[in-house]
Amino acid sequence: MARVLFDHVTKRFGEFTALRDFNLEIADKEFLVLVGPSGCGKSTALRMLAGLEDITEGSIFIEERRVNGVPAKDRDIAMVFQSYALYPHMTVYDNIAFGLRLRRMPKDEMDPKVKEAASILGVDTLLDRKPGQLSGGQRQRVAVARAIVREPKVFLLDEPLSNLDAKLRVHTRAEISKLHQRLGTTFVYVTHDQVEAMTMADRIAVMNEGIIQQVGSPQKLYDEPVNVFVAGFIGSPSMNFFEAEVVENGEGVRLEGEGFVVDVPDDRADDVRGFLGRRMVFGVRPENIHDKDYVPAGITAAPTAVKVDVTEPMGNEVFLHLMAGDTKLLARVDPRTAMRAGDRVEVVIDMERMHIFDPETKESALS
Amino acid sequence: MRTRLVTAAWLWVLPAFVLLGVFLVYPVVNTVYLSFFSGRDMSTFVGLDNYVYLVTHPETITVFRNNLLWLVLFTATTVALGLLLAVLSNQVRYEALAKAIIFIPMAVSFTAAAVIWRFMYIFRPPQFEQTGVVNAAFTALGFDPIPWITNPSVNNYALIAAGIWMWTGFALVVISAGLKGISAEVLEAARVDGANEIQIFWHVILPMLRSVLVVVAVTLIINSLKVFDLVYVMTFGNFATDVLANRMFKEMFTFGNFGRASAVAVVLLLAIVPMMLSNVRRFRRE
Amino acid sequence: MAKQVIALSKRERLLRAVSRGPLHVAIIAICLMWMVPSTGLFVSSFRPKDAIATTGWWTAFSTASEFTLANYQQVLTAQGMAQSFMNSLIIALPATLLTVAVAAFAAYAFAWMDLPGGEIIFLVVVGLLVVPIQLTLIPVLRMFASAGLTGTFPAVWLAHTAYGLPFAVFLLRNFFIALPKDLLESAFLEGAGHMRVFFRIVMPLSVPSLAALFIFQFLWLWNDLLVALVYLGGFRNVAPMTVTISNLVSSFGSEWHLLTSAAFISMMLPLVVFFALQRYFVQGILAGAVKG
Ligand SMILES: Nc1ncnc2c1ncn2[C@@H]1O[C@H](COP(=O)(O)OP(=O)(O)O)[C@@H](O)[C@H]1O
Ligand SMILES: [Mg+2]
Repeated sequence: MARVLFDHVTKRFGEFTALRDFNLEIADKEFLVLVGPSGCGKSTALRMLAGLEDITEGSIFIEERRVNGVPAKDRDIAMVFQSYALYPHMTVYDNIAFGLRLRRMPKDEMDPKVKEAASILGVDTLLDRKPGQLSGGQRQRVAVARAIVREPKVFLLDEPLSNLDAKLRVHTRAEISKLHQRLGTTFVYVTHDQVEAMTMADRIAVMNEGIIQQVGSPQKLYDEPVNVFVAGFIGSPSMNFFEAEVVENGEGVRLEGEGFVVDVPDDRADDVRGFLGRRMVFGVRPENIHDKDYVPAGITAAPTAVKVDVTEPMGNEVFLHLMAGDTKLLARVDPRTAMRAGDRVEVVIDMERMHIFDPETKESALS
Repeated sequence: MRTRLVTAAWLWVLPAFVLLGVFLVYPVVNTVYLSFFSGRDMSTFVGLDNYVYLVTHPETITVFRNNLLWLVLFTATTVALGLLLAVLSNQVRYEALAKAIIFIPMAVSFTAAAVIWRFMYIFRPPQFEQTGVVNAAFTALGFDPIPWITNPSVNNYALIAAGIWMWTGFALVVISAGLKGISAEVLEAARVDGANEIQIFWHVILPMLRSVLVVVAVTLIINSLKVFDLVYVMTFGNFATDVLANRMFKEMFTFGNFGRASAVAVVLLLAIVPMMLSNVRRFRRE
Repeated sequence: MAKQVIALSKRERLLRAVSRGPLHVAIIAICLMWMVPSTGLFVSSFRPKDAIATTGWWTAFSTASEFTLANYQQVLTAQGMAQSFMNSLIIALPATLLTVAVAAFAAYAFAWMDLPGGEIIFLVVVGLLVVPIQLTLIPVLRMFASAGLTGTFPAVWLAHTAYGLPFAVFLLRNFFIALPKDLLESAFLEGAGHMRVFFRIVMPLSVPSLAALFIFQFLWLWNDLLVALVYLGGFRNVAPMTVTISNLVSSFGSEWHLLTSAAFISMMLPLVVFFALQRYFVQGILAGAVKG
């Protein structure tokens, strides 16, 4: 029911510009995640949508209504705060019921709603307790129950998982996704954790220093990042970047980096021919660098000589910190690898999946 | 929208503003104005005459001297005692009880304290049994009893002692809270570095308590300048014990000289303004 | 092994106790000294008139002497301390309530509302904290006189409230602003206006600081002499205990059986409050370390 639109929104705190020309359209029933490093302005954007911060310039629309200046209470939105913001002097029941009571909902109508919201979140046995008597995970659930009970048009979540331990976080991630499907409401979710963004979002908006870098589906951001920032931010471990000069000889196109050389496969040669003789920034994800002995079928590139700095066995895979000449590379290879720290070995860098960026603008050089 | 909110905000502070305006801000301004006038109906403009009187008349010069004595002696002794007791009591298990005992006088009125100390200072001629604790102790030690309240060479000290008795609890409680705020780890680090307890006090604890001590001293200075009830009840400012606040009361009600009373009040304000600025500055820093 | 450890620590403890002897002596001596004045007053207030006049109160324990309630009976009735006790209550209670209420609204606005220039105004309030009320006596007295309010309770209620406001606003604003921002914003989001947030969220969460302020302000007014003296004009039917006692001192300066019992009556309530609610009282003192 609720479409959200940020239209050329700018936010300044005194001299400091927290958000610059922010444009974003969020579709009805969409799960949109705002992701970016801490301090990039995610919360500010969310709080302006909630009506908790003034809008310096531009407009925000909820459905077709311009909400600049509309107080928070009249926007029909609910928010889950990072701190949960539960009222410490009220029971769980009263916390959940607070918003309904303010709307003077009759008790016999309110009571089933409160209980339903509580049971959806699995806190129906805790209704008589005060927040102080709950664990972190329980508090988080009460905060969500309090938000959903009002059936708001838009549902805002500001880092709702960051106070949970790692295991509970994974579990709750899935729960929130389920909740979104069940409620069919627009969700705007803020996090600094790209894993949360990738796993939960329909679409992700990546932000840095108050500016939207790219908006798109998780896969799209992963496969086609528009600049070095997005390429490095999305995906874990991060993409490898190195500068290299594009050279062509009789055998084909090659990249000459700091102390190493790598071939460009023929079907990508056209992507780089335009930059012959120039130094460009190239990006390769760690999973596209393979142990020479365990190269997946279909990859034919010639091996590159490297030195192994550190190995990090993860069980299902091994992270190799490599030095190719003076360039640091991280590889994510088959766990059967025999490579050990200090070894001089050969790896296969699969340039089939490479990204190319302009060294000046840091924008993607792929059309 | 915004203007409606702002108007609403002003409504919330309106009662406070009206009361502050009518009973504090306007009267202060008016008092300054009145200090340049004289007569029962305050109609004669006399310029600085009232102030000139204050700084030239022997009786009012005594008032200034007494307030200065209060300021220095009362403040220094109370801070020192409070600090000493805070450090000492911090090391014993009955700290709470000790602090409560020192603090009790803070809960009672200055008026009651004045009665208590007049009772402590009762003087009877040497041939009689002394019924006041202080003179009883004096005669027991072989001295002659002293008329503490009426003898101008000692009575100011006697009054200040009563003030110290009342305020030491305040200094103790505030300094003690500051002391608790110093992390044990810092003290342990100093001990590991080889400092003994006395060095720790001078080089670690005291510097860390600096801001707390300033707060306590400023509060005590303000109160030493404003001291009224104790003097009013114990001597009514007679026997050369008068202070600004009591002098003002006398000028008002005994002599009916509102202009001169206003001038005394303005002098009091001028003395306190530096303290006020220190508070505002500290608050802004926080 | 374990025994040895205990034995050692026992000896250590003893050594420690001995070396700390002077510390204990000093603290206990000072505490005793601090108790002497009030104890003297308390004991004397129960001694017969003649005994007080001729012997020290400390002799009351060593010699066979009698104690009496006659002093109390006399000050309460003949000297009007009973009436004054009521007057003190009638002055302090409403004025305290009024102060806390007016201050709470203003403090909330300073802490959580969009008040243009609010910062500066608040600094002015901080400045007013230490303005001696002497600066206001004459103009306010003239105002009261022309309004026919001198010698009435409403006059002191209003004056006390105004004088108490800077401190009360200061204390509450600092407390309110320290409440978690998320909590209030969450309530706004749920549809609460400022009134609701104030009464349903801020007030319940501020009970300790409201209590501290209430107790502090109440005792301050209970113990006030100057304001009552000036605005009530010493009329006996409205005089609080502080004024009555100071009148007793000037008329019966050496009738110690009256003075001691009267003073003790005025101290009873503060002492009870102090012992019952010491925590709040101390909290008020600490928060208001700048109050004059
Ligand atoms: N009320 C404020 N006043 C001044 N600066 C602020 C305020 N709120 C946020 N900022 C600044 O704006 C930037 C963005 O903050 P925020 O939106 O909270 O970042 P995050 O992306 O971590 O949620 C930060 O640099 C922060 O310091
Ligand atoms: Mg944030």
